[in-house]
Amino acid sequence: MSVASPLPHDAARLHVTGQARYVDDIPLPAGTLHLAFGLSGVARGRITGMDLSAVRMAPGVVMVLTADDLPFANDVSPSAHDEPLLAAGAVHYIGQPVFAVVAQSHLAARRAARLGRIDYAEEAPILTIDQAQAANSRFEDGPRIYSKGDAPAAIAAAPHRVKGRFEVGGQEHFYLEGQAALALPQEGGDMVVHSSTQHPTEIQHKVAEALGVPMHAVRVEVRRMGGGFGGKESQGNALAVACAVAASMTGRPCKMRYDRDDDMVITGKRHDFRIDYVAGFDDAGRVLGVDFVHHVRCGWAQDLSLPVADRAMLHADNAYLLENARIESHRLKTNTQSATAFRGFGGPQGMVGIERVMDHIAHHLGRDPLEVRRANYYAEAAPAAGGAGGLSAPPFTPGERPPEDISGKKKQTTPYGMEVEDFILHAMTDRLATEAGYDARRQAVAAWNAAQPVLKRGLALTPVKFGISFTLTHLNQAGALVHVYQDGSVHMNHGGTEMGQGLFQKVAQVAAARFGLDVGAVKITATDTGKVPNTSATAASSGSDLNGMAVKAACDTIRDRMAAHLAERFGNDDITFADGCVHIGQDHTLTFAQAAQSAYAARVSLSATGFYATPKVEWDRIKGQGRPFFYFAYGAALTEVVIDTLTGETRILRADLLHDAGASLNPALDIGQIEGGYVQGAGWLTMEELVWDTKGQLRTHAPSTYKIPAVSDRPAVFNVGLWEGANREDTIYRSKAVGEPPFMLGISALMAISDAVAACGPGYPALDAPATPERILAAVRRVRDGI
Amino acid sequence: MTEAFRDRIDIALTVNGEQVEARVPAGRHLVDFLRLDLGLTGAHAGCEHGVCGACTIQVDGQAVRGCLMLAAQADGAEVWTLEGLTEQGVIRDLQDAFVARNALQCGYCTPGMLASIKELLDMGGVPDRATIREHLSGNYCRCTGYEAIIDAVETVAQARAGKGAA
Ligand code: FES
Ligand code: FES
Repeated sequence: MSVASPLPHDAARLHVTGQARYVDDIPLPAGTLHLAFGLSGVARGRITGMDLSAVRMAPGVVMVLTADDLPFANDVSPSAHDEPLLAAGAVHYIGQPVFAVVAQSHLAARRAARLGRIDYAEEAPILTIDQAQAANSRFEDGPRIYSKGDAPAAIAAAPHRVKGRFEVGGQEHFYLEGQAALALPQEGGDMVVHSSTQHPTEIQHKVAEALGVPMHAVRVEVRRMGGGFGGKESQGNALAVACAVAASMTGRPCKMRYDRDDDMVITGKRHDFRIDYVAGFDDAGRVLGVDFVHHVRCGWAQDLSLPVADRAMLHADNAYLLENARIESHRLKTNTQSATAFRGFGGPQGMVGIERVMDHIAHHLGRDPLEVRRANYYAEAAPAAGGAGGLSAPPFTPGERPPEDISGKKKQTTPYGMEVEDFILHAMTDRLATEAGYDARRQAVAAWNAAQPVLKRGLALTPVKFGISFTLTHLNQAGALVHVYQDGSVHMNHGGTEMGQGLFQKVAQVAAARFGLDVGAVKITATDTGKVPNTSATAASSGSDLNGMAVKAACDTIRDRMAAHLAERFGNDDITFADGCVHIGQDHTLTFAQAAQSAYAARVSLSATGFYATPKVEWDRIKGQGRPFFYFAYGAALTEVVIDTLTGETRILRADLLHDAGASLNPALDIGQIEGGYVQGAGWLTMEELVWDTKGQLRTHAPSTYKIPAVSDRPAVFNVGLWEGANREDTIYRSKAVGEPPFMLGISALMAISDAVAACGPGYPALDAPATPERILAAVRRVRDGI
Repeated sequence: MTEAFRDRIDIALTVNGEQVEARVPAGRHLVDFLRLDLGLTGAHAGCEHGVCGACTIQVDGQAVRGCLMLAAQADGAEVWTLEGLTEQGVIRDLQDAFVARNALQCGYCTPGMLASIKELLDMGGVPDRATIREHLSGNYCRCTGYEAIIDAVETVAQARAGKGAA
């Protein structure tokens, strides 16, 4: 059976032979023009004059567009209509597109774009959290507040308290393939757009608005992206819209790709946060009350900041049962890039906040942080079976509901009122701690630190509980289109996009399994708004959950039709699809191709759409109450680091990860997501630093100054295991989403560094993120001074 | 008109074993020459800064960053891209190992990785994991976390040395 097999990525062969095509690799029709943006040089102000004559006269330039030249909507925002494609009067950050150059080559366009002269009436920019708070510069009219119990009273009454401020930096996506789009004008004003995007429907929508045509006149195709990570959820709109407008005005194909500097300067990144916390707890470290204030730097436009900040609040509990919790979230508007989706979508920031609190509590009490974490865990969903893997859900027999917890205990709920029914971190933590030798290594680290004056080691085991579903409930839907041809080959299409995560292969495995075919019989095709309409972004880790179910529905429709036809033809309704054949009772077997041919000859439709809407989710984001998530995905990570207390350098010595992908659709692809997610998460918290200067210029706008993890930065020893269990919810083959959750396993790296720094003296490290050498050195000094 | 556009240089080189003669702008990067003029889009432009390694190709037996070398500098050189190496079958074992070990996700880094790895494997011997890491430290991969890539290289090196199980 194709499902659950560790099959390679669907395009692996194409990638290793250089044949896989990205937008920038598509052969261009003769006469294709190329675009580049001229960017704002100030962070805030009004444009008082523009002299683009040098741009227009530059070699190869065909056309220059400003806001006034746009025929219809000047907007590339995902929803709030606050993001003009080209600045209209005011500029809001350094790097904002002000004009677009259309030229005969990419280089000519870029060169010309530098020649624009723009005069501004500059205003003092709002760049930092403090400046934004002082100016009350924010989205929404005030902070959002979610609460449960009475946090202030519980904190006041608690025997112990810790209090702190934690700065958490943003992160550049650094997808290896930069943003790119190609617009091909068609007859009658139609437009075909190839875009490197996670959200083809949004590209279609924005292009249609910009061209003043209905959505049916625009078709968007996405075969693959060279990485997305959330950075291509909304950030591709500007390129696609600019190309489409230019293509429509010139009648020629238009292409745009950002060079890396432009990409980093123009596009949004992960939101940076300041988290203020106060927690009250008992002698065992059990949290009695906790209060968080999230200050979220959203940048100049709303983009996806509200749901990102919401998701941070929704993960402020992580794996811990908080009876009294209050989370206040300020969404601050600043004159910087508009922060956007990035793997985890705010979840990591929320989660690292409570992990910091756990770390602080343990330090305060002189207890092992793991002990404190476990003391606060939600209760396990069902008693773990003694055997390997425990229970992600009780073993599932089709048609039967998994046994519920009947212990009569009061329901355990998150701070937003959702019952936690599937908690498995006790068993997972046990297994990881045992297999990775936590206790022995804890002692070894202590012994090392006692003996070594300069190099200090640290160890941390942190859990992940991540909610799966779009918090905007209506996005939890997906469609698919499946054809079976007369020769028995299958053409599969769905709304999900492939950015390397292996979605296409997983979903093809589902299709193959429904027909009893080998996965090779299923043709994976580019995402296409003309085949499946009104899709949601491939985001929120939901790709396989949603599209797998939609494809299953489409396949089942066709299979049922084929079965009905064969039952009638052979007078036997005992039909099974397996091993590339269709068996009718004991006596007849047709190849799948013969069955398809037979159905075709009998005039049975062999094409179907499929649709899926996630059940159970219901959420009021203003009140902060409901069930935003269908289920939770879990993971745990143990990281060991060493720091050099003279230079502040760190190395990750070893990482042991155990992750819950439910009944994995493809263990090889899932392990790839886990390894890559961990490294990216650890990169966020340890080395990837974004620096803006006092004028609002992003100084780390190239890989020469912004460092992502290289092969030498990953852990020297790296053990990754999948938790064996099945999703208790009825997801596609009982699997779980795996795109984002492993990212947060990287939190253990930061906590391990904190542990190492704590070995330097009596004080608490209070380490901000990313834990760069400078920050580590400063923390070592604080700790020694016992602050 | 800037000088760069007017200055064109005649070059003759071999690309994937074939003679190529061309007149190129003096400022044309080798990776752009391969991608735009010859249609060899295997090597990718990732950063165009010489940092990410996505553009790595083989020039006179060495792994070279196509974004840091001008086409004009390749006059007389022997250039191999992933397309040509594939056709020659010289890294088939490495390609198979990448597929089998799932050493890629989005695949954007893969052609450059393979070029760098080929250089390492061509040196002979069985590099240990630390050596592999050292050699690949200039090739970014944002997706995989590198573990699978190192596994794949190690497997191939051992197999080539005739002592690997794989
Ligand atoms: S594109 Fe050449 S090193 Fe990045
Ligand atoms: S596989 Fe995406 S960058 Fe390496």
